[in-house]
Amino acid sequence: MTKTRVPAIEGWFTMDPDAPHLLGTRCTRCSNVFFPKEESYCRNPECGGTEFEETKLSRRGRVWSFTNNCYAPPEPFMAKEPFEPYAIAAVELEAEKMIVIGQVTAGTEVGDLEAGMEMELVLDILYEDDENEYIVWKWQPAA
Amino acid sequence: MSNEVAILGVGMHPWGKWGRSFVEYGVKAAKDALLDASIEWKDVQFVAGGDTIRNGYPGYVAGATFAQALGWQGAQVASSYGACASGSQAIATARAQILAGLCDVALVVGADTTPKGFFAPTGGGDRSKDPDWLRFRLVGATNPVYFGLWARRRMELFGATEEDFAKVKVKNSHHGAQNPNARYPKTFSMEEVLASPMVSDPLRLLQICATSDGGAALVLTSMEYARKHATDFVTIPAVSNVTPKYPNTLIEMPNFSTDSGAGVQMPDVPFRPSIAKHAYEQAGVGPEDMDLAEVYDLSSALELDWYEIIGLCKEGEAEKLIRDGDTSIGGRIPVNTSGGLGAFGEAIPAQAIAQVCELAWQLRGQAQGRQVEAAQLGITANYGLFGHGSSVIVKR
Repeated sequence: MTKTRVPAIEGWFTMDPDAPHLLGTRCTRCSNVFFPKEESYCRNPECGGTEFEETKLSRRGRVWSFTNNCYAPPEPFMAKEPFEPYAIAAVELEAEKMIVIGQVTAGTEVGDLEAGMEMELVLDILYEDDENEYIVWKWQPAA
Repeated sequence: MSNEVAILGVGMHPWGKWGRSFVEYGVKAAKDALLDASIEWKDVQFVAGGDTIRNGYPGYVAGATFAQALGWQGAQVASSYGACASGSQAIATARAQILAGLCDVALVVGADTTPKGFFAPTGGGDRSKDPDWLRFRLVGATNPVYFGLWARRRMELFGATEEDFAKVKVKNSHHGAQNPNARYPKTFSMEEVLASPMVSDPLRLLQICATSDGGAALVLTSMEYARKHATDFVTIPAVSNVTPKYPNTLIEMPNFSTDSGAGVQMPDVPFRPSIAKHAYEQAGVGPEDMDLAEVYDLSSALELDWYEIIGLCKEGEAEKLIRDGDTSIGGRIPVNTSGGLGAFGEAIPAQAIAQVCELAWQLRGQAQGRQVEAAQLGITANYGLFGHGSSVIVKR
């Protein structure tokens, strides 16, 4: 039986399996971009805007820094048994000049990463139950 | 200086994993501070509490909780929460009351009882609007993950090594071994630190601060009151509780992302350096005037960031300071003479107050076994998640 792929959080990213994007908002007044979405009042203190449009963030960026989890994080993280260590990267999106953290896909470890490396956004399974696979964004070295 | 208040008393409950109520630690610290100040509890006019969020309702109303435990006597009260900066917010609140002429004698208290292991989000249930819950759920971004990102950034940018980070832990363990209030009396060797298990690369277990129980307190008074009631005391000429300026482009707990730095003017000073800058400007002094500093070594690597943030050296030069022994007791500018978080572990609302206690003891020449000779001026620095700066200058 094939499980249904559902986003682990609604509205934070597109579910396009080939070229997913994080979804932010852009203030229609000052053009500043927010992720996660800001939808009520613009946080740029010079602006005062109250209208936003959804915007897809750059799919690629460069590694600002990276680390890993050698031990399982506490709940509400849904750790696999046995726990498999994984890397985490902070990636700077070039157009937005915004750093976004995310898990790094399996197979890429801390030793494979360096600052400035180009990464791309992919979708992967965060955890699953009997019916669903819960999907989250992850970073992967750019092809 | 017109914006000074006096520290007449300091007190602490030793850090540890005692497993008792935080109230007990706070009251012990408060009683010690009152005794140190030769001031009766009934003469305290204002109580400022640093809140703890892991001990139920009494923790959210810490000021009143301590006042009740000391015995209701009608004092005015305030309770503050600013994550790791809670203690300095309580100091700022008490100081403002004194400087406004609303009271002469204030008691500042912070204490915590902490759970074992990683800090996890507080409260139960699915909280898909709370970034502190979501960062664990979606990324598994524990506090050490952020410490690891900052540490690795130093390695990538400035060529810091694992040995540099380990040296900080070794130094602080030697300092802390001389401090009866520190949790860990043990001194560690480079080999021991570098052999401890990796938690969030490049940080190992012995380079990440533990969570501790503990309590700290200060008796603050107006300068006029102090001159009448004491002959020798130290003062606080500056307290900084700044927030970032938009856009904040450093990735910080509990965020998934930074502000966007595209298309807007960057702030004149980034958030972290602005914390100390604001304190220096208030006190009319600079980093070159400091004799010692207490900084927030959540990880040993983060201590190196602080050297630069508080202006002890230029960006990228902190490794040289630790390698040359400049920040050890006996060096040019000793840092974390108390042993820092490396020797204490973190008792969140007590920590910023404990930093001030250490500076007071040092400036009064009472830091037995770890004394910085003829220290006149020191600075504390820390910051709490969700954008809380914290820095206090203490002067002899």
